[in-house]
Amino acid sequence: MQYLGEHLLPGQAGHFFAVLSLVASLIATIAYFKASRIHLENEKAGWVRMARIAFLVETISVLAMFGILYYIISNHLFEYKYAYNHSDRSLQMEYLLSCFWEGQEGSFMLWSFWHCVLGWVLIWRAKAWEAGVMTVMSFAQFALATMLLGLYIFGVKIGSSPFVLLRNEFDWPILERPDYLSLIKDGTGLNTLLQNYWMVIHPPILFLGFASTIVPFAYAIAGLMSKKHEWVKPSLPWASFSAAVLGTGIMMGAAWAYESLSFGGYWAWDPVENASLVPWLTLIAGLHTNLIYRHSGYSLRPTYFFYIITFSLILYSTFLTRSGVLGDTSVHAFTDLGMNTQLLLFVLVFFVPALFLYFKNYKAIPSIHKEENTYSREFWMFIGSLVLFLSGMVIIAKTSTPVFNKLFGTNIAPPEDPEFAHNQIQIFVAIIIGLLTALTQYLKYKDTPKRFFGKNIWMPTLVAVLISLSISFFGEVAYDKKGPGFLFAIHLAIFAAVYAVVANASYIFLGLKGKLKAAGASVAHVGFGLVLVGILISSAKKTVLSWNTTGVTPLRQEDAKERGNPAGNPAENITLFKGVATDMGRYMVTYVKDTLNERDRKRYYEIKFKAKQGDDSFSLYPDVIKNNKGMEGFAANPAAKHYWHKDIFAYITSFQENSTEDTTSFTNREISVGDTLFYSNGLLILNKVSVNPTEQAGLYQQGETALFLDIAVLSKDGRRYTATPGIAVTGNEFRPIPDTVTAQSLILKFNKVKDEKKGLLEIGIKESGAITDLITLKVYEFPMINVLWLGIVVMVTGFVMSIIQRNRQSKNTLKVAS
Amino acid sequence: MKKTHIIILVLIAAAIVVLISYTGDLTTYETIESARQKEGKFVNLIAKLDKTQPLEYDAVKNPNYLTFTAVDTLGNSIKVVYHNNKPTDMEKSERLVLKGKIQGDHFECKDILLKCPSKYKDDPKAMQQQPEMNKEVSN
Repeated sequence: MQYLGEHLLPGQAGHFFAVLSLVASLIATIAYFKASRIHLENEKAGWVRMARIAFLVETISVLAMFGILYYIISNHLFEYKYAYNHSDRSLQMEYLLSCFWEGQEGSFMLWSFWHCVLGWVLIWRAKAWEAGVMTVMSFAQFALATMLLGLYIFGVKIGSSPFVLLRNEFDWPILERPDYLSLIKDGTGLNTLLQNYWMVIHPPILFLGFASTIVPFAYAIAGLMSKKHEWVKPSLPWASFSAAVLGTGIMMGAAWAYESLSFGGYWAWDPVENASLVPWLTLIAGLHTNLIYRHSGYSLRPTYFFYIITFSLILYSTFLTRSGVLGDTSVHAFTDLGMNTQLLLFVLVFFVPALFLYFKNYKAIPSIHKEENTYSREFWMFIGSLVLFLSGMVIIAKTSTPVFNKLFGTNIAPPEDPEFAHNQIQIFVAIIIGLLTALTQYLKYKDTPKRFFGKNIWMPTLVAVLISLSISFFGEVAYDKKGPGFLFAIHLAIFAAVYAVVANASYIFLGLKGKLKAAGASVAHVGFGLVLVGILISSAKKTVLSWNTTGVTPLRQEDAKERGNPAGNPAENITLFKGVATDMGRYMVTYVKDTLNERDRKRYYEIKFKAKQGDDSFSLYPDVIKNNKGMEGFAANPAAKHYWHKDIFAYITSFQENSTEDTTSFTNREISVGDTLFYSNGLLILNKVSVNPTEQAGLYQQGETALFLDIAVLSKDGRRYTATPGIAVTGNEFRPIPDTVTAQSLILKFNKVKDEKKGLLEIGIKESGAITDLITLKVYEFPMINVLWLGIVVMVTGFVMSIIQRNRQSKNTLKVAS
Repeated sequence: MKKTHIIILVLIAAAIVVLISYTGDLTTYETIESARQKEGKFVNLIAKLDKTQPLEYDAVKNPNYLTFTAVDTLGNSIKVVYHNNKPTDMEKSERLVLKGKIQGDHFECKDILLKCPSKYKDDPKAMQQQPEMNKEVSN
C-alpha cells in the first residue's frame, strides 16, 4: 500500500547508519586488538591505520544518526514512533534536545557520541597505549550499537531502533488507512518534568561522566592484557576528569530535582541517584589508590580493582535504570523496553572478562610486601579509599533489593524511612572521610617526621574546632527527630567537614607555601568539605514554613517539637485563597494572581511573602504545567527565593479555579453593634461602626460622609476574617461600598441605617455558590544550601587544576627524558 | 598479619553488619488481606484506587486530608487516610503503592507512589497515557 505524506528516507538512512556503526565498531575492535598483540612496528602501524579508519566511519555513523533523529524530531515527522512518543508541535526549540533523552534509544546514542569524542582524544594522546585502550573503547561502541539495532536475529530482537515507523509498531485501525498521517496531527509530547533547562544540560554532562569512566577501565584492561603497568600515569588526569564531570552531572541532577521535581529537596536516595553516585565513590577510591601507586609503589592491585568495578557499576546502573526493575521503588526510571536480557549481557560482557583477567594476573601485578608506615600518607589514603568503596557497596546493596526480589522471588520492600536508613550509615562515612581528608594531606608519602606533622596540624585543628563549636552552639542545629545519638553524629560530622575545609585551605599555605599551581588536590578537598558542610546543615536544618496554622485540622500534634520536622509531619500544606493574606509562621503570604504564559504553557502563580517582623518582602512565582501526556493532572515546578544564607522554597501542591457563574443574590438582615448573625458556614459579629475611618480613606471621596462596619467573620473551621463594608453619603445620595471575604465566598453590603436611636442597621449578605480560586502550597526553608553549590564549583575547579598540573608534569618529564 | 589487612577485615565486617542490620528495617509488599494480619506494622500495600467509591479531598476544609478507598487484585478493599495533599493524576493511576500501616478500620498512609499506565493500548486515546517516567508525589 502507498501511504500519503510519509518521509521514509530519513528512517532508511538511520537504519543504514545503525548497521554501519555496528560493523565499523566491530572492525575497529578487531583491528585494534590485532595491533595491541603485535610488536612489529610496521605491521602494527597497518592495523592501527585500519582501526582508525573504522573508528572514523563509526564516528560518522553516530553523528549521522544523531543528526537524522534531530531532523525527525524538529520537523515533527510523526510517522516515526520516536517523534510521536517524545515530542509535539508546541514544544519549545530548546527542549527538542530533551526529547532525545526522554527515550532510551536517544540516551544510548548520546553515550555513544561521547565515546566517539573521547576516542579521538585518546587516539591523539594515548600513543603506545592507543591500541589496547581503543580495543576496549571500540568494543563498548559495538555493544552500544547493538542497543540501537532493532533487528530480529534468529527470532530474538536485538536492541531498539529510534527510526521505526509508527504504523509498523502499532496495529491501530487508523494506521491501515493510506492517509493516516493527516489524522495524526500531533505527538504525545515530552514529559513535563523534563521541560526544564537543567534537563537540557544535565543528561549530556552526566553521560559524558558515564562515558569517561571507560577510559581508566580501558587502561586497566590494556594493562592486564599487555602485563605492563605504566598506564597509571596517563590514567590519572583521565580519572580526575571523569570524577569532575560525573560529579557535576550528578549534582546537576540534584539541582534539577531541587528546582523541578516536587519531592522537596535535592537528594532523596532515589535508586537512580544512588546508581550514579556509587560509581563516583569507587572512582574516587581508584583515583586515590592510583596516586598512592605513583608515589609509593603500593596499591596497584586495588587501583586495577577500583577502575574495573567503577565501569562495571556504571553498566550495572544502566541495567537498573533501564530494565524497569526499579518500577516500584524509583521516581524516575525508564520504562521496560523488553531488552532486559540484552542489558544484563551488556554488564556481564565487560564485568566477567575483566574480573577473570584481574584474578588471572593478580599474582603478576607488582606489590610491595613491606607494610605501610602508619605515619605515611599512603596508609591513610588507602583506608579512605576502602571506606569510600565499602560505603558505595552498602548503598548499592540496599538499592538492589528489587533485583534481589526478582532473582529470589521475595517481596522485600524499602524500610519505613528509606532516607534515614541511608543517612544513619553514611553520616559515619562522612565523619571518617572528613577527618581523613583533613589530616592526610599533612602526612608525607612513605614517612612523616612527627615534628613536621605536629607543627603544622595544631593551627587548622584549633580553627576548625572553634568554627564547628560555634556552629554547634549558635547554629541551632537541633535535628532531634532521630534521637540524641544521631544529632551527636551530625555535630561530629559538621566538625569533620569543617576540619576538611580548614585543614586543606591552610595546607595550601602551610604545606605548599602558597604555590597555587600545585594546589589542585587541596582545592578539590576544600570543595568536597564544603559540599559536606552544605549537605549537613541544609538537611539537618531544613524546616517547613507552610505549617498549617489556618484551620482546625483533624490532626493533633502530640509533640510541639515535632513541628519543625518535615518528613514525619504531614500537615505541610497551607491553603491560600486568591487575594487573602494568610498567616504562615514568620510570613504573611498572599496568592496575588496567576497568569498563563503561552510560550512555555506554564501557569505562574504570584505568591507574595511579607515578613511579620522587619520589612522583608518578596514574591515567588512557582508554576504548574499541564501534563501533556494526556493526563489530567499537572506538574508543579518550585520557585525559590535565594538569600546568601538560605533558600525559601515553595511549590504548589494543588489548585482550584473558580469557573461557576455567580447567580445568588443578597439577603437583607438587621444587626446592631455586638450582635451575631449566622451564615451558612459560620457567624458574623458586628464589632463597631466608625465614621470616616482613616483605614478606608481611599474608598470614599472628600465631601462624602462614610460609615464603615467592622465585622468579624468566624467560619466553622475556626478561621477568622474581617470585613468592612461601608456606605458613603453625600446629601441624599447613598453609595454602598461592599466588602468580600473571598475565602468564604461571602459578600457583605451595608444597606442603610434602619433605626438611628436603637442603632439598628441593615446589611446585605450574599453567599456565592462558587468556590473561589485557591491553591495549596508547601514552603520549605533550606539554610546554607549555597554552601553546597559553592562546594561543587570549588571541587570541580580543584579537579581541573590538578588535570592541568598533571599534564604539565608529563610534558616536563618528556622534555627531561629527551 | 599486616595492619592493613586487619583494618580491611574490620571495615568489611562493619559493612556486613550494617547490611545485616538493614534487613531488620526492611518492610514487605502486602495485599490488603495480609496487611490486616499485621495491623500496626509498617507495610507497602499494593492496590489501586476504587473509582466507584468517593475520593474526598477539599483543600478549603483541610489541605492535608485525603481519604479514598483502595482495592487490591484479590478484590478486598480498605479505606485509606492520607494526611497530605492529593497527588496529581491520582485518578489516572493504574496502581498505587501505599506506604503506611493498618490502624483499626483504615489504612493510615504515610506516602503514596503512583504507577501510571505505561503499556500502549490499541486505541490512540488510551495510548496517550504512557509516561516514560513513573511519577511520585510524596512529601
